This record gives sequence, structure tokens and C-alpha cells, in this order.
Amino acid sequence: MELDPLLLSRIQFAFVVSFHAIFPVFTIGLAAWIALLEALNYRKPDPVLEKLSQFWIKIFAVVFGMGVVSGIVMAFQFGTNWSQFSFAASNFLGPVLSYEVVTAFFLEATFLGVLLFGRSRVPPGLHLLAACMVAIGTFISSFWILSTNSWFHTPAGVELIDGHFQVTSWLQAIFNPSLPYRFAHMALASFITGGLVVAAVSAWYLVRDRNPRSSRIALKMTVVMLAIATPLQMFVGDLHGLNTFEHQPMKVAAMEGHWETQRGAPLILFAIPDADAEENHFEVAIPKLGSLILTHSLDGEVQGLKSVPAEDRPPVGPVFWSFRVMVGLGVFFILLSWVSAVQLFRGRLFDSRRLLRVISWVSPLPFIAVLAGWFVTEIGRQPWIVHGLMRVEDAVTPSLSGGMALTTLIGYISVYAVVFGAGLYYLRQVILAGPDPIEQAHDFDSARPKRPLSANPLNFNGETPAAEG
Amino acid sequence: METIDLTLIWLGIIGIGIFMYVLMDGFDLGVGILFPFAPDDASRDRMMNSVAPIWDGNETWLILGGAGLLAAFPLVYAVFLPALYIGVFLLVAGLIFRGIAFEFRFKASPASRHWWDRSFNIGSTVAAFAQGAVVGAYIQGFEVVDFQYAGGAFDWLTPFTVMTGVGVVTGYALLGATWTVMKTEGATQDWAFRISERLLIGVLAFFVVVSLWTPLSKPFVQARWLDGIAWLWLFPVLTLAASFWVWRALRERRDVVPFVGSMVLFGLFYLGLLISMWPYAVPPDYTFWDAASAPGSQLFLLLGVLFLIPVILVYTAFNYWVFRGKVRDGDGYH
Ligand code: HDD
Ligand code: HEM
Ligand code: HEM
Repeated sequence: MELDPLLLSRIQFAFVVSFHAIFPVFTIGLAAWIALLEALNYRKPDPVLEKLSQFWIKIFAVVFGMGVVSGIVMAFQFGTNWSQFSFAASNFLGPVLSYEVVTAFFLEATFLGVLLFGRSRVPPGLHLLAACMVAIGTFISSFWILSTNSWFHTPAGVELIDGHFQVTSWLQAIFNPSLPYRFAHMALASFITGGLVVAAVSAWYLVRDRNPRSSRIALKMTVVMLAIATPLQMFVGDLHGLNTFEHQPMKVAAMEGHWETQRGAPLILFAIPDADAEENHFEVAIPKLGSLILTHSLDGEVQGLKSVPAEDRPPVGPVFWSFRVMVGLGVFFILLSWVSAVQLFRGRLFDSRRLLRVISWVSPLPFIAVLAGWFVTEIGRQPWIVHGLMRVEDAVTPSLSGGMALTTLIGYISVYAVVFGAGLYYLRQVILAGPDPIEQAHDFDSARPKRPLSANPLNFNGETPAAEG
Repeated sequence: METIDLTLIWLGIIGIGIFMYVLMDGFDLGVGILFPFAPDDASRDRMMNSVAPIWDGNETWLILGGAGLLAAFPLVYAVFLPALYIGVFLLVAGLIFRGIAFEFRFKASPASRHWWDRSFNIGSTVAAFAQGAVVGAYIQGFEVVDFQYAGGAFDWLTPFTVMTGVGVVTGYALLGATWTVMKTEGATQDWAFRISERLLIGVLAFFVVVSLWTPLSKPFVQARWLDGIAWLWLFPVLTLAASFWVWRALRERRDVVPFVGSMVLFGLFYLGLLISMWPYAVPPDYTFWDAASAPGSQLFLLLGVLFLIPVILVYTAFNYWVFRGKVRDGDGYH
């Protein structure tokens, strides 16, 4: 059997970037949450807030660490597996990725040190500044990386001369047509992810009657935020889809499962798309609604997959299904956060054991929604690496053999299995231990595992002025 | 654009960026390389805490090196990475294992902590070796057809690159040891003084071997040194002088001078290498000017970088200043 370096490179890229993306999408939201807690605590010092912040900083540190190490892998992926593409697109890609490093990564990395280790070494104002800088850094870095990525989907401001992209307008290339939608949608996704995880952990403590004071504060804050962010996400997602309909109609056709170009297209709720037969099986659809959503008219024309040759179509099944997973979860998040918000306003949230139990289990779901969204985006772009300009088969490294690609693919999978396994294990430890009790570090409840460093005399949890108050 | 040579400016920026990386990540990788040799667990805690707040910033210079090469010298990026495909994997795998060790080691139970000690040590050593092999491969040259690498997966792995790999491991260990001298006291520092002396001798030995081997195998390097300008010979003389300086400082048990002296030593090696290889970006065929990206792209990034690099240096300095002085036991947030 001949190993295909192109296919293996695609699988490898999808694997390493999916793995990487799990962490920033969480840390972007979490960094903002920590900065907010630090700001509240700065204005009116409160040991509960400080312990809560310190607790989430511990989690942040583990997740951020995994984000950084998996990000270092990403920095080399374009060169190792997509060298023809890197060379062809270097005039745009290089400066934009470098701007990400000089405007964001240094900021995050430097102030992270102060945020994690500096509480007892710098004045409180400077510590707050560090928290804000880290949070701002995460946004700047997602801006640049999403600009790069959006350019793959809606390239602008470049000219292809002898197989080389030459930039004609930096402004158009960076602020390309899909960037605003993608950035807004991704930023909301990060808030939703961070919010749902914080809510889930807090609800879990409440179900077990642990850390009631800080958990109530945390749950209240996140429920309010989520009740606003989740419907907004659906709205932004819709706008994003309309933008895609304009620029990448074949992606939308795959998302919607439309084979034929038609007026008054239905909205397909369920189907099993069959690429060989070029049709859907077991279709359940609402007539005309598809056209209404996409063109805002009951009999607007919607282009179908069959309007282009088979080799120019994206794989339909994965796009179709991922889209339904994301939207399904999006609707579920809206319901959950609204029910919780209503209970909160009726003053019953903290007594609704069943609701709290449901919330305590949602943490994996936003990650699934995010990855599903990216699968829609990226698989829907196929067979292009830069939409309409360069195909993936012209992008791959020519000297790469199937054996080499397979070796590193297996290598990354094994390395990440260790990293991820250990990371989850230690996150579990931190969560089981919970925020440090306000009083002093010795009355652990019996469920608390032994933590070798808690007894540490200089551990500054015990020496900050707020802890004595 | 005729008056300013952007490519030359970029060469300077990338050159400085890579050098910053070598110095800064060099000492924290070195701490990892020396980890198993530390006298006891308390010393290991201190060593790790001395680099924990800064390692992430140090590694960011590597990312800047990667992205900056893609921006200014795309040919280098597009040839080196495919040619060193397996080596790059080893490098990042090493960096991953040492990076997560910072977080996980302190959260591990005492019984399982040694796994993360090992992860930190092996990860750092492999990453340092891979970087040394990259330098060796650069001196060795690449088979390039039509701007794309055309050789095999293991062309880079030769006795010469193994030697440069081990040489860089030794050199980083010296930086790590002198850093430990600077940041610790007592038994840990005593040990660091002892090991620094031995590492200094090791580094000099590698310097001599590479300095003889390179010109013997590369005629253009030989020509540069033998028919070239006389002041080039100042470099070996300065290197010996710097080594002597470090040696004496170690003997006199000075805190800071050994570290500074080791950095100067690295600077001299680095300049010597650049002078030998000048002006080739991808030897033996392409110069830095052949490898450059479009002037518009170089200019666009230059405008930002000229403004931002000084800002970055300021807050990097701020970070080092916050964590200045000897590490105290129990420094950390865990
Ligand atoms: C918490 C995560 C999350 C949630 C609840 C949703 N999305 Fe989403 N979606 C993403 C997270 C995400 C994402 C991972 O962030 C993507 C991938 C790339 C991007 O820009 O955002 C995405 C992409 C994406 C795309 C692909 C656009 C393209 O790249 O061409 C569309 C059309 C939507 N979304 C639409 C929706 C709709 C109508 C939702 C209704 C609730 C929705 N999303 C909920
Ligand atoms: C959440 C993050 C992301 C996920 C889960 C993701 C997922 C994927 C998947 C599934 C593929 C394979 C598509 C296929 O071969 O059918 C892919 C390919 C790719 N993606 Fe992404 N992606 C993400 C973010 C990004 C970003 C931010 C960039 C660019 C800056 C990017 C650039 C690419 C490239 C270059 C390829 C390889 C070429 C190709 O197959 O088109 N991706 N990604
Ligand atoms: C889904 C898209 C992506 C987003 C939103 C994103 C965002 C981020 C953020 C916020 C960080 C900071 C660390 C963290 O929070 O975990 C980070 C780290 C990093 N990312 Fe990504 N990233 C994405 C994809 C990529 C891709 C495709 C690349 C490679 C071209 C990349 C390269 C890096 C690197 C090198 C780091 C480490 C930087 C450091 O030292 O702080 N990322 N990313």
C-alpha cells in the first residue's frame, strides 16, 4: 500500500491544530474572567474573590502551558508539511504571523510570569496590570491568527504572480471579508467555553456543598454572562453563514446538504448525504426555509453542489454533520443558560439540585462545539488551501515521503496522548482540591488529596494582606 | 529602495533574534540538561523555580525566529524545515516535554515527581541536541532543486551534526550552570561552581574540533580564513581571552561574571560562525539575497518591528527585574 503524504499531512495538521485550539479557546475566556476577578478584588479587597482568582489562575497555568507547547508545534507545521504553500504565500503569511509574535506572544509570556509568580513580589496594581495584559494578549493573538485563517477562506489584497502571492494591499489582506465575522464568532465561543467550564465546576461544588461562597459568586456571574453571549452567538453565527454564502457557496451547499441548485430551497434538518449518488437519504426538511435564511426571500436561488465538478466539491458528510453538532449544541446552550438565568432571578438557582447537576456536566460540550465549528469551516474549504487560488495538492512539501509523515503523525499522537492524559489528571487534582479555604490552610476536608506544597511556609497564599482581613 | 538594503537590515534583526534565543533559552535548557546531576531535590526545586517565571518568554524568541524567517527569508524556512523534518519533530517533542514539566512537576505527588524530572531533563537535552544538529546541517549544506528541498529524510544526520549537537548540549549546560551560580546559594551554588569549570573545558574542546573540522570539509570556509583579512584571527584570540576570564571568575567564586562571560563566549562563537558562512543562507547555492521575500513584505514588518522590539525588550527586562536576586525556597505559586 502506498502511503499518501498529502492525506497524512492533512490528518496531521488537523490533529495538531485541533489539539492546540482546545487550549486557547478556553484560556481566552478564562484570562478575561481572571482579569475581572482581579479588578473586583483590587477595587474592594475580598479574601473570597482572591482565593477564587488564585484557584482559577492555577487551572489557567496548566491549560496555558499546554496551549504554549502545542502552539510551538504549530509554528513549524507550515514549513515541515506545507513548504510549497509557505514559500508561495510567505509574503503575506510571514509578516502576519510575525506580528502575532511581537504584539501578542511576548506580552502574554512575560506578564504570565508576573501573574503566576508575582503576587507577593509586585504591588497589587501591577499584578492587576499583568492579569489584564495576559487577557489582552490572548485577544490580540486570536486576532492575528484568525486574520491569517480568514485569508485562506476569503483571500483579498493579493495577486498571484508566477505562483507567488504578492501583497497589493495590506489593509485588504488583513481585514479580509470573513475576518470580522470569524473574530466575533470565535471571541464569543471563547467566552462561552470559559463561562461554561467555570459554571460547571462551580455547580459541581455546590452540588457537593463545598466552597459555597465563592461558587455562588462564580456561578451567578457566569450565568448572567452566558444568558447574553449564547443568543448573541447564534446571531453572529447566522451573519457568518451569510458571509460564507456570498464567498464560498459550495461550503454552504455542503453544510446545508443541497445537491441541486434551486429556488425556494428547503432547510434540511436530518439526512444522510451520499456523495456517490449525489443525493440525500432519509431527508427530513422544512420547505422554503433554507432560501429564507440564506437569501431572506422565500424563493431565492441557492446554488447546489452539482453546479461544480465533483473534484471541486468539499467532502459533504463531515461538513454537514459537524454543522448540525455545532448548531445543536448552540441551541442547547441558549436553553440551558436561559433556564438558569430565570431560576437565578427567581432566587432559586442555588436550590435547583437537578439543574445544578446538569450544569456540572457540561464542560466538554463547548469544546465539542468549537471543534465541530472548525471542521465545518476547514473541511468546507476543500479542495482549496487558499480558496479559489491554490489547491491543497499543490501545497504539500515535495520531499515529504509517506513514511516520514506517518512517523511524525504517530509521534504527535503519542506525545499528545501523554500530555493530555497528564494534563487532565492534574486539572482533576486541582479541581478536587478546590480554592484554598479562607480561614487557613489546615482544616482540609477529608476528600482533599495530599498536596505536598500546601504546607510550604512561604507559599504566598498565606502571606498576602487580604488573606488576613 | 536602492539606498537602504532591507535584506541586510533583516539579516541583522533575525541574527539578533536567534542570538537572543540561544542565550535565553540556552540557559534554561541548560538547567534542564543539568537536572539529574544536581546534588539533591531541594536544589532541583530551586533551579526550576529560578527559570519558571521566564522560560515561556525565552521560548517566544524561537517562535519569532520561525515566523521571522518565513517573513524575511522564506527560502530558509521552506528548505530547512522539510530537510530537518524528523529533527524538527524531535525538537518540538523535547520542548513539549520540558514545557509541561514546569506545571506538572509541582502538582505531582512526591512518588511520581521523578517522571517529570526525567521529562524536564530528557526534553531539554533532546531539544538542545536538535538545535546543535541544525547548526551542523546549516554548515553542511542542503540539496535544493527549484527552491525546494530535494534530499532524503536523514541527510542531516552525519557524524559532523552529531558532534555539533553534543557541542551545543555542552554549551547550554555551561550557560545553565553559570546561571545557577548566579541564582542560588549554599550547596547548590558550590555544585554549580564545580560543574561550570568542567563544562568550560568541554566547550573549549568542542570549539577547537569544530574550528578545525569545518574549514577542512568546506573549501569556501577555508579560503575565508586563510586568504581572508587578518583581523578575522582576532576571534580565536578573543575566545581564548573570554574563556580565561570565565575561568578566573569561577576560581574567585564570583556570582555574576561567570554567566556574563559565558554569554560573551557564545556571542563570539556565533559571530565566528556567521563570518565563516557569509553570505550563504542555504549553502551551497543560495545567498541571503536569493532567499529574501518581497521588499514590500520586508518593509511592512520592519515598520512594526523597529517599534515593537524595544518595547518587548523593556518588558522582558522588567520581568527579569521582578524576579531578580537569588531564588528563595518556596518561591512559586503552587
Ligand atoms: C461555543 C462554540 C460555538 C457555538 C455555540 C456556535 N459556533 Fe459556529 N463556530 C464556532 C463555534 C461555535 C467556531 C469554532 O468558533 C467557528 C469555526 C471557525 C469560526 O469562525 O468559528 C464556527 C464556525 C461557524 C460557521 C462557519 C463559517 C465559515 O467558516 O465559513 C457558521 C456558519 C457558524 N459557525 C454558525 C453558527 C450558528 C448558526 C450557531 C448557532 C447557535 C453557532 N455557529 C454556534
Ligand atoms: C480550532 C482550530 C482549527 C481546527 C479544529 C481546524 C481543523 C482543520 C481540519 C479538520 C483540517 C483538514 C481539512 C481537510 O483536510 O479536509 C484543517 C486543515 C488546515 N487548516 Fe485548520 N483548523 C483550525 C484552525 C486553523 C487555523 C487558525 C489555521 C491557519 C492559520 C488553519 C489552517 C489550516 C491549514 C493550512 C490546513 C491544511 C490544508 C488543508 O487541508 O486545507 N486551521 N484544519
Ligand atoms: C484556532 C485558532 C487559534 C487560536 C484562536 C489561537 C490562539 C492562541 C492563543 C490565545 C495562544 C496563547 C496560549 C494559550 O492561550 O493557549 C496561542 C498560543 C500559540 N499559538 Fe495559537 N491559536 C490558533 C491557532 C494557531 C495556529 C494555526 C498556529 C500556527 C501558525 C498557532 C501558533 C501558536 C503558537 C506558536 C503559540 C505559543 C505562543 C506563546 O509562547 O505564548 N496557533 N494561540
